[in-house]
Amino acid sequence: MAEANLTIIRDSTARAREADSPRSPVVHFGSDRPLRLDAGVELSPFQIAYQTYGKLDANRANAVMVCHALTGDQHVANVHPVTGKPGWWETMVGPGRPIDTDRYFVISANVIGSCMGTSGPSSTNPATGKPWGLAFPVVTVRDMVNAQAMLLDHLGIESLFAVAGGSLGGMQVLQWTASYPQRVFAALPIATGTRHSAQNIAFHEVGRQAVMADPEWRGGRYLLEHTNPRRGLAVARMGAHITYLSDAALHRKFGRKFQDRSNPTFSFDADFEVESYLRHQGSSFVERFDANSYLYLTRAMDYFDLAADYGGVLARAFKDTPTRFCVISFTSDWLFPTSESRAIVHALNAGGARVSFAEITTDKGHDAFLLDEPELFAIVRGFLDAAGKARGLNGKP
Amino acid sequence: MLTRTTHDLTMAEGARAPGGGRVDLLLVADMVEPGSKVLDVGCGDGELLRILAERRGVDGRGIELSREGVNECVTKGLAVVQGDADTDLVDYPDDGFDYVILSQTLQATRHPRQVLEHMLRIGRRAVVSFPNFGFWGIRLQILFGGRMPTTNNLPYTWYDTPNIHFCTIKDFRQLCGVVGARMERAIALNAWGRRLRLTAPWWFWNLFGEQAVFLLSRDKKANGRRSNSSGK
Repeated sequence: MAEANLTIIRDSTARAREADSPRSPVVHFGSDRPLRLDAGVELSPFQIAYQTYGKLDANRANAVMVCHALTGDQHVANVHPVTGKPGWWETMVGPGRPIDTDRYFVISANVIGSCMGTSGPSSTNPATGKPWGLAFPVVTVRDMVNAQAMLLDHLGIESLFAVAGGSLGGMQVLQWTASYPQRVFAALPIATGTRHSAQNIAFHEVGRQAVMADPEWRGGRYLLEHTNPRRGLAVARMGAHITYLSDAALHRKFGRKFQDRSNPTFSFDADFEVESYLRHQGSSFVERFDANSYLYLTRAMDYFDLAADYGGVLARAFKDTPTRFCVISFTSDWLFPTSESRAIVHALNAGGARVSFAEITTDKGHDAFLLDEPELFAIVRGFLDAAGKARGLNGKP
Repeated sequence: MLTRTTHDLTMAEGARAPGGGRVDLLLVADMVEPGSKVLDVGCGDGELLRILAERRGVDGRGIELSREGVNECVTKGLAVVQGDADTDLVDYPDDGFDYVILSQTLQATRHPRQVLEHMLRIGRRAVVSFPNFGFWGIRLQILFGGRMPTTNNLPYTWYDTPNIHFCTIKDFRQLCGVVGARMERAIALNAWGRRLRLTAPWWFWNLFGEQAVFLLSRDKKANGRRSNSSGK
């Protein structure tokens, strides 16, 4: 038990440190530069943690913003400071990769509400000197993008060559093109949609209820009370993880295989490999992620409905857009099925936008955007090459 | 849908081997004003869009049914979306393009009339190329062989073909009248890929043309009636 408590304390201190003083560059926005939130309040002061890769060219024209998904962070293509694992999109971003850091200046910022150094519920509330917890205002995808725009202003980058991201990252991409059309030359929304479906909201609610049902959650005050709703968050992650895969992928990887045994134990041990795998996913997730951030970011996704901001007509969000789009979906993604991407494409076509749309055949489900998908890499590379020519990037920063 | 291959293009750009190859690509490209905005419906692997961009400075978009075709196009940096001419043209706004091109795809659509009507709505002009089923070689195969014809251009067996709505040049002219399309230009190619004489009568084109390319525009006056214009 003592050991378990130690682990909890170690986890929460490591995370708390990362939340306030991350191992990333940080920009502090003082009371003179508040972030006006959709919730009707101002967040001030606040901070943004970010990473950059590559060099900004002389014209400041080659910047690419990479937007991370629900449980991602700014560590796109470097070793993660908490887990020690490679960056979450190292296959896509790096020297010679499709988003080539020899050619582009890549920026990735931790989103508002997350827990890796940008202000969120596990950050210290400057008014109280204690963790925000549920006193942190509820944030939206638009708030995340507005914060990123403030970061760009700070970095002196007027317009982005491209914005790319999958899932929640893709929502940010779409919000970028709607909120700041003149600042985005090319957009890559991947495995995403313009609104969260009822089914997706339902899955998120199950995850949130799992967190909140954990007695260690303490009404969101676990950082103050030195507890950690590990079990609740792990269950939330396990449930969510299933939605990131597909039936076919689970069958291919695990089938009905037993874990380290040849017969069932007639107990509730993790007899099956798939159970053991999910438990591992759950327990490793809680090492690096804050439970309240999970509540806030799932909420932000639930609230996302781009058309609603434009009188219910999606095409108006993209009216006369100067941005060129490459929309990508995956055949086995049932969280953001191809029909969602098609809706984006229809709206873009109605607005006369320059749009490419590819559906990639894979059995890897929603997570395919994070995995080794050669067709995805070829498409992203080809799209950016063509966009680079149109932008007049000469290929060298 | 038919897919254009590089092999086809090479033949089209060269002297063209008898009866083979996609000879219509350059003819279609010639009908498009430089610098215009073009939608290529059924764009295959994007060769026509590439030619249009390189030779005519065209701002091109494409729709393609096959996933492989689309992904190849997008990889080349072309603005192409996965979609179906029969169901997805309805999403495009009126007058969104200068030209809408349907190259060797009309016969593979479920509703050729609606497709043509959408093309004339979306584009100020439409370019349609198609294989002429009235071609003498095809007539002879039915007449003497007694079987559904197959040619180098149309190699599919009747039971395994994407082509479900063949027509002759005469049929297509009739459809143009039905949908109120004015024929601005027309070209027919014989079995050796050479243009038929402009002054030749339509029956001659219908018999000796293996392929045809039509440049169409909306003709409000002739709407619902048969167009009187020769169009050649």
